[in-house]
Amino acid sequence: MPTASDELIARLRARFPQHILAAHAYRGQPTVTIRREGLLEVATALRDDPATAFDVLMDLCGADYAWFGMSQASAPTLRTPSPLPYFMSPAPSAERWERGVPHDAQHRFEVVYHFYSTAHRRRLRLKVPVSFAEPSVPSLAGLWAAANWYEREVWDMFGVVFEGHPNLKRILMYESFQGHPLRKDYPINKRQPIIGPVN
Amino acid sequence: MPTETRHMFLNIGPSHPAMHGIVQIITELDGERVVGADVEIGYLHRAFEKDAEAGPYNNAIPYTDRLNYVSPLINNFGYCLAVERLLGIEATERCQYIRVIMSELSRITDHLTCVGASAMELGAFTVFLYMIKAREWLWELVEAVTGARLTISYGRVGGVKADLPEGFAERARKALEDVRKVLLECDGLLTRNRIFVDRMQGTGVIGKERALSFGITGPFLRSTGAALDCRKYSPYFVYDRFQFDVPTGEHGDNYDRYLVRMEEMEQSMRIVEQALETLPGGPLNVDHEGRMLPAGVMVDEAKMGRVAGFKNVRVRLDPTLQGSTRGFHEAVNPDAKRAVLPAKEDTYGNIEGLMHHFKLVMLGHGIRPPQGEYYSAVEGANGELGFYVVSDGSDQPYRVRVRPPCFAIMAALSELIVGDMVADIVPTFGSVNMIGGELDR
Repeated sequence: MPTASDELIARLRARFPQHILAAHAYRGQPTVTIRREGLLEVATALRDDPATAFDVLMDLCGADYAWFGMSQASAPTLRTPSPLPYFMSPAPSAERWERGVPHDAQHRFEVVYHFYSTAHRRRLRLKVPVSFAEPSVPSLAGLWAAANWYEREVWDMFGVVFEGHPNLKRILMYESFQGHPLRKDYPINKRQPIIGPVN
Repeated sequence: MPTETRHMFLNIGPSHPAMHGIVQIITELDGERVVGADVEIGYLHRAFEKDAEAGPYNNAIPYTDRLNYVSPLINNFGYCLAVERLLGIEATERCQYIRVIMSELSRITDHLTCVGASAMELGAFTVFLYMIKAREWLWELVEAVTGARLTISYGRVGGVKADLPEGFAERARKALEDVRKVLLECDGLLTRNRIFVDRMQGTGVIGKERALSFGITGPFLRSTGAALDCRKYSPYFVYDRFQFDVPTGEHGDNYDRYLVRMEEMEQSMRIVEQALETLPGGPLNVDHEGRMLPAGVMVDEAKMGRVAGFKNVRVRLDPTLQGSTRGFHEAVNPDAKRAVLPAKEDTYGNIEGLMHHFKLVMLGHGIRPPQGEYYSAVEGANGELGFYVVSDGSDQPYRVRVRPPCFAIMAALSELIVGDMVADIVPTFGSVNMIGGELDR
């Protein structure tokens, strides 16, 4: 029996076949991965179409997939340094999660949007893979006021540029900070000289 | 000849006494009227998200305490919920009731702090003292359950740290009764107080559409008339079993936000009382599949001394952690072993428990959800608190994102204060209830 999530995904697939790269409903959360060229069109439709009516941009964040699945502990050949005892082996699950795009430089970053619809009381996750060479996506600040600060944060933390953003500057870090701290290649213990006088 | 007038720029903060955390508001003033404002945040950035990626899943739990440090329990449970869903396990019924009770107590403490502090900033110091006194009674309950007042780290992936202490229900009922009296007093002091009403009514106004566009949630949004509440409309834990109302305002001003918060405390107390009434017995941390124990595991249990005669033995532990001095073995039965830490008596008392503990805490072992992502939304005191966790199949979360509820409200703050007087910034900012820890992470 198709669930509400499946229906939502099918609707989007039928409407935007040219933009959608992948879709899944892992753990009951509908997720659609789209090309960045289609972001504005899809987002506008999601907000304005009464059938979807996602009027709240609940969250907007970035993710860096540079090292995804590459740590020793997650490698497929070596699950753990020593075998797990029988009682800790993962429960078999029919659900499998796929990112939908390869974890390469072309799709290194992802901008993740969480939408909520007050009319239908449901959520949707929209993901836009972004390349390392040209990390930019169109800004949604014109559609949702919430996007303004969230996009500044993603720029601050991941260095993803939001085209058309009214005021794209750092928000959590200080202006003279070098680099983007949530990128996987930014060392966690790296220190930077402290700020001079503000203003 | 007309007099030349110029706008004046005034920095409020970074550490103005009426600022609830470190934040800077650069205001442009025309006389006493605010015509422009720029809000600077980030003074309390502690790289929570980066730190969470750098260690195993359980290591992030103490950090979540420090996100919203006025209601840390809700943060704990929100993070645990996300990891549990990634793992595909479900906390037991009793555990979910405990989480509901503790979340609601936290919500009351948060609202008490918010209302009390904003009343104090408007000159009502008595109310602040009364409310902090009431908060103290609730924090005594929290302390009895978790062993700490603020840095509680009570949530666990798959359960909670310890059961409720002996006689908790009576103590909680007594405390709630006392809190009700305090709220009644404060209501009498504030709700129809001329000075308070004049300063709160019609200031910091935001419309429903605009608030939704800003992604504002929680009491702040509900004061505009939109009845959006995660507990009601996307229920988690066992919230769908309780009767409670979602109070809404209609004007979206500071006064409505005050009224919504006051009413929400009453609703939270209703939930706590219902939960205490129907709190089921049974184990705290159990098998996620609800299966019978296989013979081999039963042998293990017997090796650990979990035979009938031992089950009621009281174990003496850390005196501050009162919940764990109850017969631990009968209450806490960790069968979802790939996620739930064994009871401390097992860890220190026998080799199986010690190995199990090591398997969960040593680097490279630990909890390992399959590859996937999950966004858990819980109703924090300020609004929707989201944890977006991505797992790459290793023992460390690949990405932890917190959706702090007051971030969206702070984004709207400059719009809220523009057009009002300088003095109105204080009640408006007070009703935002900015928590530096979760705002800047």
